[in-house]
Amino acid sequence: MTLTVLTAPDRPELDERPAAGPDGWVGVCPVTTILPDTGVCALVGDTQVAVFRLADGDLHAVSNHDPFSHAAVLSRGILGDRRGRPKVASPVYKQSFDLRTGVCLDDDSVRIPVYRIRVADGTVQVSLSPG
Amino acid sequence: MAPVERTLVIVGNGMVGQKLVDLLVAAGAGETWRIVVLGEEPRPAYDRVHLSSYFDGCTAEDLGLADPAVMDAVELHLDARVAAIDRGARTVTTASGTVHGYDALVLATGSTPFVPPLEGADGPGCFVYRTLEDLDAIRAASADTGTGIVIGGGLLGLEAANALLHLGLEARVVEMAPRLMPLQLDDRGAGVLRDEIEALGIEVHLGATTTRILRTGPTVDGVELGDGSTIPAELVVFSAGIRPRQDLAEAAGLLLGPRGGVVVDDACRTSDPAISAIGECASHDGRVYGLVAPGYAMARVVADRLAGGEAAFTGADTSTRLKVLGIGVASFGDAHATTPAARELVWHDPVDRIYRKLVVDGGGTRLLGGVLVGDVEDYAVLQQLQLSGQAIPGRPGDLAAPRREATPLLGVAAIADGATVCTCNNVTKATICAAVGAGADAIGDLKAATTAGTGCGSCLPLVKGLLECELARAGREVDHSLCEHFPHTRQELFDIVRVREIRTFGALLEACGTGRGCEICKPAVASILASLWNEHVLAGAHAPLQDTNDLFLANLQRDGTYSVVPRVPGGEITPDQLLAIGGVARRFDLSCKITGGQRIDLLGARVDQLPGIWQLLIEAGFESGHAYGKALRTVKSCVGTNWCRYGVGDSTALAIELELRYRGLRSPHKIKSAVSGCSRECAEAQSKDFGVIATERGWNLYVCGNGGMRPQHAVLLAPDLDTATLVGLVDRFLMFYIRTADRLERTATWLNRLPGGIDYLRQVVLEDSLGLSDQLEADMARHVATYRCEWRATLEDPDQLARFRHFVNADAPDPTLDYVRERGQRRPLRPHDARPDRVPVSIGTPQRGAKPR
Repeated sequence: MTLTVLTAPDRPELDERPAAGPDGWVGVCPVTTILPDTGVCALVGDTQVAVFRLADGDLHAVSNHDPFSHAAVLSRGILGDRRGRPKVASPVYKQSFDLRTGVCLDDDSVRIPVYRIRVADGTVQVSLSPG
Repeated sequence: MAPVERTLVIVGNGMVGQKLVDLLVAAGAGETWRIVVLGEEPRPAYDRVHLSSYFDGCTAEDLGLADPAVMDAVELHLDARVAAIDRGARTVTTASGTVHGYDALVLATGSTPFVPPLEGADGPGCFVYRTLEDLDAIRAASADTGTGIVIGGGLLGLEAANALLHLGLEARVVEMAPRLMPLQLDDRGAGVLRDEIEALGIEVHLGATTTRILRTGPTVDGVELGDGSTIPAELVVFSAGIRPRQDLAEAAGLLLGPRGGVVVDDACRTSDPAISAIGECASHDGRVYGLVAPGYAMARVVADRLAGGEAAFTGADTSTRLKVLGIGVASFGDAHATTPAARELVWHDPVDRIYRKLVVDGGGTRLLGGVLVGDVEDYAVLQQLQLSGQAIPGRPGDLAAPRREATPLLGVAAIADGATVCTCNNVTKATICAAVGAGADAIGDLKAATTAGTGCGSCLPLVKGLLECELARAGREVDHSLCEHFPHTRQELFDIVRVREIRTFGALLEACGTGRGCEICKPAVASILASLWNEHVLAGAHAPLQDTNDLFLANLQRDGTYSVVPRVPGGEITPDQLLAIGGVARRFDLSCKITGGQRIDLLGARVDQLPGIWQLLIEAGFESGHAYGKALRTVKSCVGTNWCRYGVGDSTALAIELELRYRGLRSPHKIKSAVSGCSRECAEAQSKDFGVIATERGWNLYVCGNGGMRPQHAVLLAPDLDTATLVGLVDRFLMFYIRTADRLERTATWLNRLPGGIDYLRQVVLEDSLGLSDQLEADMARHVATYRCEWRATLEDPDQLARFRHFVNADAPDPTLDYVRERGQRRPLRPHDARPDRVPVSIGTPQRGAKPR
């Protein structure tokens, strides 16, 4: 059987992609856009980044790609903690990831990328380059 | 120094060959052995035991047994049939000419189906039932076929008949013996099974030999039986037994058994000590086992021997418990009472179609074996009692009678310490109890520590029972906490929320919890808050508590898109509504599927499309169907007195009334319901959480039924009710369940756990023994009065709508979504699909105001 792969025509064009400044930081959105204790997905260059704002104001950025389901969904997971470690649970098969290290708390052989994040002038900024 | 590397070649990647690989890799054998696996099929090992589910929604992937992480540790060659073994040179050669040297060789070549040498049996239209390729061939041939015949009424033959039913064929079974499953069952048990199978529409011919396959042209016309009669059919499946695949071994000069198979000793070694054989190709003590469990036992022996151990195979227990066409059947020990002086205790209930036969010794003190049909709940405990040889506790007659609710006759404590609880992984009761003693106090920990219950899973109830029994005996508390953040059960939290009138998760955490919460407690508390106060699930501080389904008011699918299900009360829908749904589906290129609950699932919607889809659906008069929530789903119905010749009640009208009354009701788990207009029960009300059946005198109310993974018949709560009384009782029943059930506990499990079972439930709901009725009814009245369509409310709130986009900082949708078209509809691309060039096709993009590109 021949398969025809269908792709959306409205894939982001290169010129639409938010690009990093010379210092590597990319502004994502005002911090108030993110409801406390939830996440959003940001496009940084070609990378999908899950950005979380915890109830206490802490911010975390990890890959949005769920390595178990291969869907780009981690920003839609429920936040919480396991024995004090802040984490997000994938909405697909519910594996939890440590927001500080990216390590999967249910299978420590799996780790997702963690990115640097900060707030400048009320805007959340993400950097893909290691600190 | 690195260990000397030797090469192990495993010929065959079926279930048993794969088991050996799993065991070797788990034991770290990859460090001392280079493991080469040669499989002749185009895909790695899959579950042949559940082959018929391939026609019931399972994909080849779902049936797969080879864990990629495990296979990474071995060299797997597919499409690699081994053609010859050179024992002198210690090499095997594949059909394509590749040569592999070995230090140790394991034959796991399995068996082939036996096709009797009948006239016409080797032409088109005749099939066997063993591989996925066989099934694909049967499926291809079934397209323009009405009737299929299965030759052979054994275990596999009945599975094959099930497969034909799934393909929409009329199925017939022809068995030479005077009963079905002759090896496992006796005449009466097989009779009960036959009644059940014929009720499913499968015609059964017993004591019938097949003499000829009838053909006029190239196609099959039917079969001719020994008595000269003929059965018309266009497709024939042979399932008349298996023959060990021994040609390789035979050509290599290995010793063969008297009834076929490669002869092996207790170490599973063949006549060449460098070569072992396991599974259906092996003959041990003159016997070839056609079941998977003995094959697994042999794999364990070989794995242990390769690691330098001394395990021995001394014959295997051929007890079986399985579902045949959804009917429980079990057979264990001396099922045919061949032991001298053995006696049979029989419970034969042709009304409920339950048959239980226990075979005991002459003195009536020991259990020797048995046959169970229709009710196999007690199989695990009975089999343990037989294997351990313990004295029967109490009177043997009490064992034979089926168990009634909540009165376990045999506790897990009665099992002997040495008894094997998990036969897949050979774990004894003593091992499990020791692991509990060493600190495992949750079922997950216990599974990880012992591997018990990680195979077929059928022993899990027993493992769980042992866990609770051991914890109780040690005086350790069985931990019923919801999760690490709340030291309370769901019911306790429900009472705290209700009594203290707590309105938010934060307030509850402050009152009685610790930490930040998690994906277990947050949705559970959100559900409690919704059940009690019925505020919009996304209002205020509730949004962060919701699982993604509730957060986006749609059902998450595996690729990260969602499905949309508008409410269709009672399953009644007008032509205009059908057109409206079709229009929305066409506009957004959504894949459509009719659900079991009589409505329409629209699949493949991206988050950014959900508001647009719902805008159109709401304009067309639809509302949220709550398919995404732990809430009332649907109330199915038949057409009832409006149209049906047999209806005695207006089932459609009542179903609509009930669905509209309880729509949006949040609960510990989903709630399904149905109303049937007469006792023919076309709406299947007795498999629902609450179900109603019309009688000449009113409505019968059934509760706590379940379909799905653990089917359970609903129980009659009250008969012959008028509509107002019925609604009052359902109000009380549902609210009592919502108040007292555990998180994710369906009504059926909840009832099984309630002390006193259905009698207790009747006292609470009918006789108001707890004095709760007024409050339960008031809680429901508040729910009914405050119901609003969640999607309508969401569309009216710009703050909510702002969340429905994939990227917070770009308008583009998720760029990783890829689809293929199959049977005219879109489905996500799977990793194993061949990836041709990407062809941009307009999908899921509403065409209004589209910019030219």
